[in-house]
Amino acid sequence: MLKDITLGQFFPGNSALHKADPRMKIILTMLYIVFVFLAKATLSYIFVVFFTVVLVIISKIKPVIILKALKPLIFIMIFTAFFNIFWTKGDSTPLFEYKFIKIYKEGIVFAVLMIVRIACILTGSCVLLTYTTSPIALTDGLEQLLAPLKKIRVPVHEFAMMMTIALRFIPTLIEETDKIMNAQKARGADFNSGGLIKRARALLPVLIPLFASSFRRASELATAMECRCYRGDKGRTRMTKLHYKPVDLFLLILMVTFGVIIIVINIYLIDILNFSV
Amino acid sequence: MENFEKSGINSITENLKNTDIDEKKTPFIKIENVSFSYDSDEDEAPLPPVLKDVSLEIKKGSFVALLGHNGSGKSTLAKLINLILIPTKGKIYIDGTDITSESLTEDEMYGIRRRIGMVFQNPDNQLVATVVEEDVAFGPENLGIEPSEIRRRVDEALQTVNMTQYKKHSPHQLSGGQKQRVAIAGIIAMLPECIIFDESTAMLDPGGRKDVMNTIEYLNREKGITVIHITHNMDEAVRADRVVVINDGTIFLDGTPKEVFSKVQELRTVGLDVPQVTELFYELNYRGIDVDFSELDEKKCAEALANVIIQNRK
Ligand SMILES: Nc1ncnc2c1ncn2[C@@H]1O[C@H](COP(=O)(O)OP(=O)(O)OP(=O)(O)O)[C@@H](O)[C@H]1O
Ligand SMILES: [Mg+2]
Repeated sequence: MLKDITLGQFFPGNSALHKADPRMKIILTMLYIVFVFLAKATLSYIFVVFFTVVLVIISKIKPVIILKALKPLIFIMIFTAFFNIFWTKGDSTPLFEYKFIKIYKEGIVFAVLMIVRIACILTGSCVLLTYTTSPIALTDGLEQLLAPLKKIRVPVHEFAMMMTIALRFIPTLIEETDKIMNAQKARGADFNSGGLIKRARALLPVLIPLFASSFRRASELATAMECRCYRGDKGRTRMTKLHYKPVDLFLLILMVTFGVIIIVINIYLIDILNFSV
Repeated sequence: MENFEKSGINSITENLKNTDIDEKKTPFIKIENVSFSYDSDEDEAPLPPVLKDVSLEIKKGSFVALLGHNGSGKSTLAKLINLILIPTKGKIYIDGTDITSESLTEDEMYGIRRRIGMVFQNPDNQLVATVVEEDVAFGPENLGIEPSEIRRRVDEALQTVNMTQYKKHSPHQLSGGQKQRVAIAGIIAMLPECIIFDESTAMLDPGGRKDVMNTIEYLNREKGITVIHITHNMDEAVRADRVVVINDGTIFLDGTPKEVFSKVQELRTVGLDVPQVTELFYELNYRGIDVDFSELDEKKCAEALANVIIQNRK
């Protein structure tokens, strides 16, 4: 049962976004988030939604999957929207007034735009990065992208190595947890009944052996890595070098165009369709 | 002038090669009066030595089985040979270089670790990467080898252990024996001259064990890699050309499998079994049936047994 957990929620595929270089995808995601925050006019929000839909189409990820990802965040979105409705003050007369509660048109518009913004950023970064990039590629991409920081002694390589090892051992540890749980069940342990505290306590005999074995694994792995001449990134080369491909250029151009359009709308078309924000 | 110099250098290196061949008799690994004890915790009494005055020579290209009961110091000895541990006393030479010398540089140390590979018991705890071929590449990457050369070595190593079709798999999708073969590939991609297998077959099912044993034998016989195989399985030890038994930190027996396993009594006193055929023949002898039990090959034993039965009928 525990084995079904997958990490990183990577959906393998062969779309342009799947084929793109992970470094480029990290850059694109950052650009995308910045551009979405730049959007001011209502028209630009419409355009943001349009562009996000385009990204989803390029990624060939099923919309159902994206809706599932948004589901747990609905509460946060509604919560933010709720506060925005009550806290925003407009110039015009309130649409609704009851004692100290005043709701303005601006508040409602702002709340809606807020939801659109959160949903778009989430969808966009999922499609650009987590859904289309394998965790290993992501780690490699991050390491190579942040490589310049090594000069100011940021342990970039070490973090990447930690990520890789964590990813490598997650399935192993899940399997082991399963085994220990079954062993404890065979001895009469009950994980599925009782209140929260009772259940948490029932997990203790699972966690302790798991910790003990993780320490043993860590020490054995360290020795094995030493035997394989691991000495940090000193003099280390990589078998697969990342290369930018034409598809990366295409995606970059697409993203920059998106940014330019947002800025143009902000400057010249801010009054069209605007409810003022 | 330059040409002349070059040819001079060439002839020197050739000479070196020749002397290498002449010196085949000098052992590849030479352990001289080595003692070792682990460091104790600060305020506790020093731990008793794990190895006491051990001397051992291992020839290039040989296949040595290292036996001994739990805690006898086998793994410790292995870790001393590839510089994971440093002896408290004594000297270790690899191919003539003193690896215990104070003046050994860091690069030389990593050079020794490259030449003496090590495969451990639990395959899960030696694989680093999430993809098989990336894991095999880990060693060569650490050595700073050119990407194209790494690629070539990885493909070749996977071919050698017969795991090419799994190169894109993730380790947790593989069986124990397959994982262990990937671990071996990761070592042979560093082109070692010697590989120490520390109970590398112990956690495997019979099928996986057979595959790994065949791989080990192939590496020794066809690739000329020196093998030190630590095991508790006597039927595996029989396949070596030399068996060394270690007991409480000293060398207890050393010889060909035939010589060592004929000493059934001695082996039993140090808590070791003998191969099944030896045991059978020993018991037969004990009960007054005269058979030569130095033979370890199962087929030959069966023939010898048949002969005994036929003779007894007559
Ligand atoms: N890191 C350590 N610190 C302290 N003592 C240790 C350490 N590792 C091993 N020992 C002790 O050294 C002795 C020899 O251990 P070693 O692992 O070499 O035995 P072994 O022959 O490999 O046994 P096994 O067959 O169980 O693998 C044991 O008594 C053990 O308790
Ligand atoms: Mg051991």
